[in-house]
Amino acid sequence: MSLYKFSFWEVLAHSFSEEVWSQVLPALGETMYMVVISSVFVLLFGVILGLVVVLTGREGLYPCAPLHAVLGAIINCFRSLPQVIIIIVMLPVARLLLGQSYGSNACIISLIASCVPLFARLVESSLLEIDKGKLEAAKAMGSGNFRILFRIMLPETLPSLIRSFTNAVVIVISMTALAGNFGAGGIGYIAVTFGYTRYQHDLLFATIIVLIIIVQLVQLVGDTLSKIILKKRHLI
Amino acid sequence: MEEYFIEIKDLCKTFHNKKESVQVLKGINLEVKKGEIYGIVGFSGAGKSTLVRCINRLEEPDSGTVRIGDQMITSLGKKELDVQRSKIGMIFQQFNLFDSMTVYENIAYPLKIKGWKKEAIRARIDELLELVSLTDKKNAYPGELSGGQKQRVGIARALANEPDVLLSDEATSALDPQTTISVLDLIREINEKLGLTIILITHELEVIRYTCHRVAVMENGELLEKGSVEEIFENPQCETARNFINVYNKMRSAGPDRRSELI
Repeated sequence: MSLYKFSFWEVLAHSFSEEVWSQVLPALGETMYMVVISSVFVLLFGVILGLVVVLTGREGLYPCAPLHAVLGAIINCFRSLPQVIIIIVMLPVARLLLGQSYGSNACIISLIASCVPLFARLVESSLLEIDKGKLEAAKAMGSGNFRILFRIMLPETLPSLIRSFTNAVVIVISMTALAGNFGAGGIGYIAVTFGYTRYQHDLLFATIIVLIIIVQLVQLVGDTLSKIILKKRHLI
Repeated sequence: MEEYFIEIKDLCKTFHNKKESVQVLKGINLEVKKGEIYGIVGFSGAGKSTLVRCINRLEEPDSGTVRIGDQMITSLGKKELDVQRSKIGMIFQQFNLFDSMTVYENIAYPLKIKGWKKEAIRARIDELLELVSLTDKKNAYPGELSGGQKQRVGIARALANEPDVLLSDEATSALDPQTTISVLDLIREINEKLGLTIILITHELEVIRYTCHRVAVMENGELLEKGSVEEIFENPQCETARNFINVYNKMRSAGPDRRSELI
């Protein structure tokens, strides 16, 4: 249904029809697959990368200026590229790793390349929020660096880390939709191919609704989790 | 010759930033007897905090030595330093409790570092909570506690490993007067009960007078005057000490008349 032929309300109503959802739901499945897998990798690599950046910093537990500078520069390089360009740049890499440069898995590689550096920066700023006095108190007790890292730094900043990860997942979702343009499939593909190229605006509306709901849910889960922890610690 | 428990010799420390370097400690010499409460008093920026942080090497001194008992703290390697640090308790102005842990877990932290067994930790913590009168707050988070209670947890945590020395870095400066007294009472109590040697830095002369046996006056990276608390109060030699005593007396004597004078 196109907005050129039907009224807005008719198109909107039709975007809830079974005909539309029979196309959107499988695409949603693909999108969720990409989002979940990418988010897991983003979480893993992002936390590791962010940690290493903080630990090797001048005030970190293992100061190492060269490594700190190199990692910072690499992160900045990836962060300076718009997502579209990262997707294009990562296509050959995907072909190299997976044998094909299209499909959900290829998209996941671009997502990781774009969102890991982003999340690493968020992790870095979360970890830097920690009160230096707490680290000093731990050091004054004779605590080793490993214990400080896992028993103090990460648990103390957990609510902030959860919020950062929530932000990262929302960006992963939006980028998944973008990657739909480049053979990744999923909701983005539906929106562009049917909603844009073929004027099937009911499908376009459906994708918008789906995206809004997913992002709201992710945000809700993230906010609630971090609030529960803060409440438990009586910090709010 | 009297044998001192803590001996600091020619301690120097300079902080560098891009524009200038500031010499914060200019050859500090200090001797503390076993079991005494030694106060270091000075205005903000005198270098007190740096001095006390050099004692457990949270700050690395540029030169000079720190000896505690038979351990030369300044020549320890990283591993040995961590071992010795567990014998030096420290409490802070901002308490520095871990918000992610309950009172129990906070106090258990230094014990876990030393590899204590669970049962032993439990018994030790009960003992410590008894000492600082916080038995009912065992499972509370620091976020639920008042400032005074937080500092009591800080003290319990600092005492967990039965240290020989307690360093107090402006431990009462963030507390109201009433709470300050109760925390100072606790510090005096543990000094008497456990024979702990305590180095206490503060900018509040009342705290020194109430708590310490001996005191050193610090200004601009140097210890200007050392002596018993009575000596310093009755016959201050250096300008800074006189300044301090003057301010102290003024604040004590400023009654209603004096207030109207100021207005």
